[in-house]
Amino acid sequence: MDESVTDQKVKLATRDLSKLYGPVVALEGASLDLPEGEFLTLLGPSGSGKSTLLMLIAGLVAPSGGDIWINGRLATYLPPNKRDIGVVFQNYALFPHLTVEENIAFPLRMRRLPQAQIGSEVRRALEAVQLPQVAARYPRELSGGQQQRIALARCMVYQPPVILMDEPLGALDRKLRDHMQLEIKDLHRRLGITVLYVTHDQEEAMAMSDRICLMNGGRIEQVGTPDELYFRPKTLFAADFLGESNILDAVLTGSGSAPVLTTENGLQIRVSDAALPAGKRAKLVIRPESLRLLAPGEAADNEAPGVVQESVFTGGVSRHFVKLADGPVVSVKQLTVGRDRSLPSGSPVRVGWAADQVVVLPLDETRR
Amino acid sequence: MSGAPALPRMAPTRRPRTDSAWIKAWPIYPLVIFILVVFVYPVAQILWLSVLGPHDNLTLANYARIAHSMVFGLTLGITLKIALWTTILSLVAGYPVAYLLATARPRVRDILIILVLMPFWTSFLVRTFAWMILLGRNGPVNQALGGLGLIDQPLSMIFNFTGVMIGMVQAMMPLAVLTMLSVMQRIDTTLGKAAGTLGARGGQAFWRIYFPLSAPGVAAAGLLVFITAMGFFITPALLGGRHETMLAQIIISVVQELMDWRFAGALSVVLLAVSAIIFLLYDRVLGLSTMSGGDAAARSTSGARQGMLSRTGAAAGTHAVAGLGWVSDRVAEVFERLFPPRADRPRRAIGRIVLGVVAGLVIAYLCLPSLFVIPVSFTAGQFINFPPQGLSLRWYHTYLDSPIWVNATIRSFIVATGTGVLATLLGTAGAFVLVRQRLVGGAAILSLILAPLVLPRIILAVGLFYLYARIGLVGTALGLVLGHTVLAVPYVVITVMAVLRTYDERLDHAAMSLGASRWSTLRYITLPQIRGGIVAGFLFAFITSFDELTIALFVSGGSSSTLPRQMWNDLLLQVNPTLAAVSTVILVFVTVFILLAEALRRRGVTA
Repeated sequence: MDESVTDQKVKLATRDLSKLYGPVVALEGASLDLPEGEFLTLLGPSGSGKSTLLMLIAGLVAPSGGDIWINGRLATYLPPNKRDIGVVFQNYALFPHLTVEENIAFPLRMRRLPQAQIGSEVRRALEAVQLPQVAARYPRELSGGQQQRIALARCMVYQPPVILMDEPLGALDRKLRDHMQLEIKDLHRRLGITVLYVTHDQEEAMAMSDRICLMNGGRIEQVGTPDELYFRPKTLFAADFLGESNILDAVLTGSGSAPVLTTENGLQIRVSDAALPAGKRAKLVIRPESLRLLAPGEAADNEAPGVVQESVFTGGVSRHFVKLADGPVVSVKQLTVGRDRSLPSGSPVRVGWAADQVVVLPLDETRR
Repeated sequence: MSGAPALPRMAPTRRPRTDSAWIKAWPIYPLVIFILVVFVYPVAQILWLSVLGPHDNLTLANYARIAHSMVFGLTLGITLKIALWTTILSLVAGYPVAYLLATARPRVRDILIILVLMPFWTSFLVRTFAWMILLGRNGPVNQALGGLGLIDQPLSMIFNFTGVMIGMVQAMMPLAVLTMLSVMQRIDTTLGKAAGTLGARGGQAFWRIYFPLSAPGVAAAGLLVFITAMGFFITPALLGGRHETMLAQIIISVVQELMDWRFAGALSVVLLAVSAIIFLLYDRVLGLSTMSGGDAAARSTSGARQGMLSRTGAAAGTHAVAGLGWVSDRVAEVFERLFPPRADRPRRAIGRIVLGVVAGLVIAYLCLPSLFVIPVSFTAGQFINFPPQGLSLRWYHTYLDSPIWVNATIRSFIVATGTGVLATLLGTAGAFVLVRQRLVGGAAILSLILAPLVLPRIILAVGLFYLYARIGLVGTALGLVLGHTVLAVPYVVITVMAVLRTYDERLDHAAMSLGASRWSTLRYITLPQIRGGIVAGFLFAFITSFDELTIALFVSGGSSSTLPRQMWNDLLLQVNPTLAAVSTVILVFVTVFILLAEALRRRGVTA
């Protein structure tokens, strides 16, 4: 058994967790560590297994295999009420027949705390979410944002080692969602809680998380900081799912200190490092914002002439689709400033990009 | 003159005439008029008669007779006692079933709901007859208990309070289950999960979260069962003894033997008044919002309006539930100490298994007993016996060779078909108006249409008898059809309204934008899509009439008897295997009808 699972600093650990529904694999081989104070997000499309993983950790669904450790204790098959974790449900699941105060007191009552202590803990929780004035109200008398905060207060009041949040902002409109993102992030920082968050919204994941666990088809695809995931995707799925990518097929033709790959059209691309044998096929991932339209005389590690097919103005950012002379159509994203604000179709341009902006994915790792 | 620029004067264009809401609501009028004439008028008449003396003078003499008679006071007491116990037992045994239905997977739920619905629709008389076979001194139940050595002497389970309870609870529980289910299905399932993650054990989560949220359903079910049970007479007459005579039975004998309308009217008023008092008491204690399914919280916020009674009731309820929570908690604690939850091994859902077994037994009690009429009907012997002696079709021959039985069967078919057609026409038109138009007083009209479901049937039956006696409708098929339609039309209205609510009206708008007139839209677009619901409504109406006894008891008789009426006569006089043969035919027939209606209704609602 590895040490980390019983480490008190690791609030939550799963090992090789799986869930089958008949022949359908909902989750497979999920191993994850969540250290104290971290905000980790499970991100993925629907059906990727993120909600299954959350339900297994919460104890609301029994796993088919693997182990769950919570706060250094084995908890694989414990009932939810013995796990001591907090869950914020998608619809908040506030009890409609209890007041806000009674809702927050509920977990403390279940733990048989003395009445006086319950009162003071509830007040503290309400103050932490800055809503002491709604204590006597019923949940349906609160706005969506307030309900959200009360759901969070109800979890935090008993100081669980981990708080699970299942798309808690899914029901809110865009503006409130942005606001609540900041608020949850702020609460996380101030109170030092450990959070496992689920969302299918990549921007939300990027904005809030210390680390992101990207999931796809019931498997964990890649775990890393938002920065790593975005700029160093390890799989084609990761590259494709997060943000936009230009993806090119290429073969390694020159190695050494300056590796070069060549596309089937003969376009040569310099990259900063490529750990693969010569002649090996690979996928190249280049972000649209890593590409630039070069000014006359301006130089770059990689340069390719082409013709503008279409320019799309979307406000602060413009996007140009450029047909490379010896290659495919690539998407170039630039701030809408300066000379290339809008280009008529057919304009000849030069596209340039730095060698270290190219991610090389050996083909056998680009599963999917 | 104001400084506004003068607008060019235009000839007033003729505005298209906008029909007022009252004119547009015309399709509902036949139904409303029908209810007023065949329901409200006869009932009002019989109530009015109660205050008339021998010379049509106003008097309270009829009530004085009731007040002075020990018998009626006693009967009222018995009626209340039987209704109360029926209610309590139906709720206690029905709750687990409703809970299982509410939390089961949709496919399982569909099957279970049919099992609960079947006894609701299968003939009352058949079911009561089945109990007479089962519970008799030498019936299968006593035989089985004796065979197992559990009893030395046969238990007397019939012609006493036990028999009445067994029959009445079976009759009323489907109503209780369905009413509770409608509230339970609206309870968010994540609330229970949330309670679990917040540290509540199963029992705590149930008593503190689920049960309070389902309480409005329990309250509504209790009221419905109580009021319905108060008007019963079939079960106590056939399964009870002398000490289980209920108010409705007295009313029947007052009408049939004494022909004293005024006294019958006074008794009806008493029955109605007691129902009303129960209703009002209920409202004071539990609040009307429970009836409309509003959550308990809605009441507590309007604390100012609450009476003392209501607050006391609420407080008592809260404490009772908290107490039950405490008890289940202690039990769970002991259980957990004996079998601590293991982190390394899957849990077994013991609670769920227990629930399944309990609910399964209750559903078996609802469904299985009626089936006993089938083997009994094939006996070759002279008497009703279980197990049957030999195998023969002789009782089916007796049935089919008897002109009385054959005529009754034919008559029942004619009346039921007529009722089905009339109720479907009136009810469908009414349902359209109620769903599609925001009619002022729509809710009141709906209550009026549904009122026959709640009003003790016996009062309507006596009222219709009195009305028909004067206009010569007694003993006619038309009279029966009209009376049965009053009872059947609520089912048509409810079924068609349900289908219409899920119907996407934009389809009609699309049809009209494509050039279809209102009528073509109805004919080619709307009706084909809601056909299932309408046919289901027809089948429910048909069954309601086919199984109806109360009105038939007064309005038909002798050569004009319907099948239930004929069965009733035989059940009172001499129980014989012909009845089993008739019952089997009815059972098979009704089952096929109901399965068909359910299938159509579901397709209609989900399509």
